[in-house]
Formats: sequence, C-alpha cells, structure tokens
Amino acid sequence: MAKRIDVSGLSAYYGAHKAIDDISMTVEPRSVTAFIGPSGCGKSTFLRTLNRMHEVTPGGRVEGKVMLDDENLYGSNVDPVAVRRTVGMVFQRPNPFPTMSIFDNVAAGLRLNGKYKKSQLNDIVERSLKGANLWNEVKDRLNKPGSGLSGGQQQRLCIARAIAVEPDVLLMDEPCSALDPISTLAIEDLIGELKERFTIVIVTHNMQQAARVSDRTAFFNLAAVGQPGKLIELDDTERIFSNPSVQATEDYISGRFG
Amino acid sequence: MSHAIQDRPVSTVKRASSLSSARLPRWSPVAIAAGSIAAGIGIGLGAGWHSKVQWGMIAALLFVLTTYALTTKVEGSRQAKDRVATSLVWVCFILAVVPLLSLAWVTISKGMEVLDPYFLSHSMNGVLDAEAGGGVYHALLGTIEQVAIATVIAAPIGLLTAVYLVEYGGGKLAQAVTFFVDVMTGIPSIVAGLFILATWNLMLGFGPSGFAGAMALAILMMPVVVRSTEEMLKLVPNELREASLALGIPKWRTILKVVLPTAIGGITTGVMLAVARITGETAPVLLLVFGTKLINPNPFEGAQSSLPLYVYEQYAVGTDAAVSRAWAAALVLIAFVMILNLVARGIARWKAPKTGR
Repeated sequence: MAKRIDVSGLSAYYGAHKAIDDISMTVEPRSVTAFIGPSGCGKSTFLRTLNRMHEVTPGGRVEGKVMLDDENLYGSNVDPVAVRRTVGMVFQRPNPFPTMSIFDNVAAGLRLNGKYKKSQLNDIVERSLKGANLWNEVKDRLNKPGSGLSGGQQQRLCIARAIAVEPDVLLMDEPCSALDPISTLAIEDLIGELKERFTIVIVTHNMQQAARVSDRTAFFNLAAVGQPGKLIELDDTERIFSNPSVQATEDYISGRFG
Repeated sequence: MSHAIQDRPVSTVKRASSLSSARLPRWSPVAIAAGSIAAGIGIGLGAGWHSKVQWGMIAALLFVLTTYALTTKVEGSRQAKDRVATSLVWVCFILAVVPLLSLAWVTISKGMEVLDPYFLSHSMNGVLDAEAGGGVYHALLGTIEQVAIATVIAAPIGLLTAVYLVEYGGGKLAQAVTFFVDVMTGIPSIVAGLFILATWNLMLGFGPSGFAGAMALAILMMPVVVRSTEEMLKLVPNELREASLALGIPKWRTILKVVLPTAIGGITTGVMLAVARITGETAPVLLLVFGTKLINPNPFEGAQSSLPLYVYEQYAVGTDAAVSRAWAAALVLIAFVMILNLVARGIARWKAPKTGR
C-alpha cells in the first residue's frame, strides 16, 4: 500500500548546527522522486528524517511535520520503530548482516519483529528475492553467507531485505554509488518495477540516473558551506531537466554551478 | 621548450639504469646470522666468558653491524637502513621469544618429573611435606570452581556494562563508569582480596571459602571484560546497526541479534583472556580461600585450595619432593590456561562472521 508523504516546515539539526531549513514538499504514491544537489546540501539528512533515522545520530533533532497519508511521523505517540517498519531504507553501501545467511538476511526484518512459520518465511523470502531480481542467482545457495555475494548482488539483497517487511515507502540513499554500470542498470530496472507497489524516494549524485528513473525531481542547494540546505524546487523530472523554473537548478544541471 | 624535449631521451636512459641496482643474494641474511653467531661463540670462548647472554649480545651486535656495512657497500644507504630496521625487528623478536621458550622448557622439563595421572587425581591428604607422592586434585578442583564462579559473576556484568557504554552511554554517567573501570583495571589483586576480606569475612562474619575468593577474582576480571568487550563492540560497523534499525527492529533486538553476534568472536576471546589472567592470581586466594590439603568440593563452605596457592605453599616448604610438586602444579596451571585459550580461539573462529562464497 503505497502512501503519500506530505512534509511541511521541516528543519533538521545536528546538535546546534542546522542541516536543513524549512522544507515543504509532497511525494506522490507509486512514483519515484529523486533528490539531487551538491554534497552537504542535506539530501541524505532530509531522506533520513522521513523514517526517523535522523534521530539515531547523536545530537540529531527534527522540527516540523511529516505526514504519511494522515499520520504525523513526529506525533507525540508515534513509535519510531513502527515508522521504520512502514518506511524502509536502502543505504549507500551494501550492508548485509555478516553473521547471517542470504535467507536469514532477507528474513531478518520479519524474524526479529515477530513470529513467523517456516513455510510462511520461505514464501516471503522467495517473493522478496524475486522482487529484487536476485532469486535466480542465489536460489541454490540461500544458506551461504550474504557477504560472499558481489557488490551489486549484495545491494539487491539489501533491497530484498527492505521489501520483505512490506513497507509503504522505500527510501534509497545513493543506492548505486558503490556499484558498476551493469549492477546499476539492474537496480534501476528494479526501481522501475518496485514503483508499482511502493512510494520510492531516491537520493542520487548521478543526474542521468535521476532523469532515467524518476518521475519527479527535487533540487536541493545550500547558500554557502556551513549554511543549512534548502529545497530549491520540486517538479516533474522532464521539466526540471528541460526547463527548470529556477536559474540555480539550470546551472547545477548543466554543470555551470557556482 | 625545445630544449626540454631534446633533453628527455637522455634522462630516460638515466632513469632506466637507476631502476635496478646491485642486490645482496637472498640467502645473505641467513649467512650473516650464521656467521655472527659463530663469531659470537668464538669471541666468547676466546675471552673465556661463561655467560651465554654475552655471547648472544655479541652475536646480535655483529649481525646488525655486518648487515649494515655489507648492504651499504653493495646496495646503498637506503637499503642499508631498511635492512638494519629489519634485523633490529628480528633481534627484538628473538629477545622476546627466548625467555618465553626457556620458561616453557624449564617448567615442562621439571614439571614432567612428577606429573602423572596419580598426581592429577589425588590430594595432599596425609602426605608429609618431605615425602614424595600426593597430588594436585584438590587445587585443580578449587581453581576450576573459583574461576567458574568468578566468570559467572563478572562476565555478564562486564558484558552489560560494555553494551551500556557503547550503545547507550554518552552522558556524565558513561564518563564516570569509564573512569571507574579504568581505576579498577589498576587495582592490585591483594587490594581486591583485602576488600572482600573486610566486607564479606570481617563485617558479615563468613569464614574462608572458594566463593569469597571468587568474588575477589570477579572484581579483578570485570574491568578487563568491560574494556575488551567495549573495543569489540566499537568495531561493529555503524551501518549494520542502521540497517537493522531501518528494518523496524527495536534497538534491544538490534543489539542482541545483530551487534553481539557480529562481535561474539572477539568478546569470547576477551573473556577468556580475562579468565586466564585471574587463574594465576595468588594473593586474594591466599587471603580468602586459605588453602587446605583436603578435597573440598563445596566452594561455599570451608577452605579450598587453588593451583597458584598450591605452587606457593609447596615452594615455601622447600624440600625436594615439595619443589618438584610445585613445578608440576605450575605446569598444570600453564596447561589449564593454554587449553582455555585454545578453546576460546576455537569458539572465536567458529562464531566469526563468515566471508566465504
């Protein structure tokens, strides 16, 4: 069940340092929204506020509202653990659990959250691995450690692990930056399939990638080093890459930045 | 510009010749070592020195000097420095290993004289000090029980303290805990023994027992477990914690199912090293366990013995029979610690994160 994300007036801090300032945007369900912008402009920080991972960092603090359909993620009675079950995340570097087999990695989110029958788990693991286009490559070695896979396979394993808990939203923090072009292509194809079922937000430094995979693109920027990052504009990807309404976006996209 | 281009071929020729230079043959370090040892023995014999230490020092000095001189002549000064550094490392390695090997050799050769199944399965009950015979069973039993109790007390507390410091701490309390753990690391074992003697035995009025000794040993063991576990937990990449949290797994389950299993190999090794450290403690055992010649399987009631205490007692007696018993008991103690270490390494290897395909 993909959900709409509605952010209003969101600022995030690391201790006293304000990392992002007053961001408001809407992320449509069953679509891919890409975040682009220079390093340090707060894309990743903003992404991490969407599933309350920002506060895991020591000193991390958030002001503002993030509505998931009609629930505020930062409401007073909201359990961050429940939020993270609803909003999954894939990280920049593939990070399968080193002590677990491929099967256990995919089943980790379910098994560590409650009781499942073995047959149920088998089904979910197979479905998730198929969903991540990894099933055919690993079906004969599900009991081997996940760290023995190649980088691209590990990243797809992490995606399978994230979608096994059936989240509504999938956040991806530069999921292809550590991968070669062929693995990147595999993941991009996968993103295209996953958007039928999930709301996907992806941070990327690769503008071609943003243009290829996303329906909408948000451009972030910061006034100067040490200043908080801001959302400059959010629009349909085609418009951002052909005819953006803000000059800074055009400068960044065409490489005339700064 | 044109000059630079014309100059280039000349410099290429120079550079090509500077890439390779004369090298000493590969067997030369071994040959120099053999030569300097022979020279060391020769000089020692010639000068009539009896101390083999002097022979060794002469040989080591000759080795380093000859290496330096020969390499400077053949290979140049940078390679000479490299070789000297390498030889110094080797010399230090040998200096460290010689006492270790000689200690092992002396203990084994003297300990094997009386070490047999009878020695391991009998106590000193009714054996006179000057008499041969008797055994170490009561002391071995006492050591195993006391160390086991100390581990049962100290390992969970130490482990949980480390989990608190790494996963939850960060405020004033964590700083205070770290400080006191550091202070505890430096407590002399006799002070830990006196502390238990003052509280458990004098204030609460209990008599000497294996349990009292185990408590003192636990005090000594705890900071070592905390420190080593802390280091191991810090080695677990933060990405794994975040990956787990992002799946909606609560923090306590993340620690239990992801962080601890990833670090379990190192944690086991750390606990086993702490065990090895307290196994050899004599002072608190002397104060609190008191020592006996009889088999006392109950660690909570009455005096017990332990291996280091047994060694100390037998050495203090001083008769030939007693001293060889002391050597044998020392050998048992070393073997006990070594077996524990091997077990720990086995567990660490078995539990370590797998990387194979």
